[in-house]
Amino acid sequence: MAKPKLAIYWAAACGGCDIAILDIEAKILDVADFFDVVFWPCAMDFKYADVEAMEDKSITLTLFNGAIRSDENFHIAKLLRQKSVVLCAFGSCAADGGIPSLANLFTLDSILDYVYLQAPSLDNPGKTIPQPTTKVPEGEITIPRLWNTVRTLEQVVDVDYLIPGCPPQSDQIAAVVDAVIDILKNGKPLPPKGTVLGATEKSCCDECPRERNIKKITKFIRPYEIIAEPNLCLMEQGIVCLGPATRSGCGAKCVKAGMPCRGCYGKPINVRDQGAKMISALASVIDSTDPEEIDKIIATVADPVGTFYRFTLADSFLRRAQV
Amino acid sequence: MSFEPKILGILCNWCSYTGADLAGTARMKYPANMRSVRVMCSGRVDPGFILNALRSGADGVLICGCHPGDCHYVEGNYKCMRRIPLTKKLLADMGIDPRRLRLEWVSASEGARFQSVVTGFTEEIRTLGPLELRELNFDAEHPAGTAQEISAAAS
Repeated sequence: MAKPKLAIYWAAACGGCDIAILDIEAKILDVADFFDVVFWPCAMDFKYADVEAMEDKSITLTLFNGAIRSDENFHIAKLLRQKSVVLCAFGSCAADGGIPSLANLFTLDSILDYVYLQAPSLDNPGKTIPQPTTKVPEGEITIPRLWNTVRTLEQVVDVDYLIPGCPPQSDQIAAVVDAVIDILKNGKPLPPKGTVLGATEKSCCDECPRERNIKKITKFIRPYEIIAEPNLCLMEQGIVCLGPATRSGCGAKCVKAGMPCRGCYGKPINVRDQGAKMISALASVIDSTDPEEIDKIIATVADPVGTFYRFTLADSFLRRAQV
Repeated sequence: MSFEPKILGILCNWCSYTGADLAGTARMKYPANMRSVRVMCSGRVDPGFILNALRSGADGVLICGCHPGDCHYVEGNYKCMRRIPLTKKLLADMGIDPRRLRLEWVSASEGARFQSVVTGFTEEIRTLGPLELRELNFDAEHPAGTAQEISAAAS
């Protein structure tokens, strides 16, 4: 019997998800043994034409990481959807927009302007800005057009499962790999469509070992401003920690290391908008009943959108800033 | 056709909804732009409700609860009092005028106050104009998505 086929793709992503897949260590041999890897641009040399030549639904499983930010990302998303039986949004960017979707706070024009003309570290005497098409002596060359709004994978094609995390933790990936192999080998039924794999159904706080008491916040502080008490809830110490509004599954790695949760595992079960839920949790423990004092305390929250929607802006109710 | 604002009103069961009821039984007139939803407490109002309303076509959101100190559940309205300013800050950063969100305290006996709050808020939203969220939904025909590009492609 032919091996099941596996594809792994990166769209608007940093490459960390691909590294996380390699980080499953010896289990990668099981993957290579069980699957026929037909497409993995980060690790092996395949061309888009190879994928285009495949029959529809001939790829058993596609792990798609990265947000959708360009015509190229969109083209490959549609292509892999067409060729795959199961399409997984892998990692925060594909599932929720991730860090790239913070670009939705700006317009594409203002981003290009800053990156190529304004940034202090620039050396761009010709004031060159990349253009979708350029004429050269040999003819016209093109690069994919960037979009004004970054999208999640689910917003542009049909997605079967989500694997959250920035990146998904290797032990969770290994568990998903085991489960997939088990399903395919033993003919077990697939989980219901839309299931979040490689994570649990509780919040990050549930895995956090720190001691929790009644929270009363009089001032928000940023992690670098204090040396945090090692065994006490970070939010009680005034540090904005997204634990209450974040799905667990990571093993609370950041909080165990003294850094607040940034929310990379995305919204917990039954939550539609992670940032709104975090505002709900955070603001309600402000220790004041005086509107003016509340305003003063809230003014100490640095960059609310970037903090509460660090990984999920494209997936939020508002999706982008109206700029 | 002139602009008629769509306003979502979220009213607490114990004070503001009863206050609205009083305005009704006393036959006080106020604009019909507000659609009201009753919740048990203003402390039940998740900022997600507000964002969802704005995304779904509301031009403004009015939240009414018991006066501070009068909450049926002792401190639910204080939670609301703390959430709304942070939500407003978020709205401002997302390029949406924070005046589209308003929190007011209306007690069960304040039918007249309810009338003036709804009238005032409706007029304010009318002045601000319709809330049009650009590029909210994905358009596979014109994925690149700047408003200018889309209108250029359409014409």
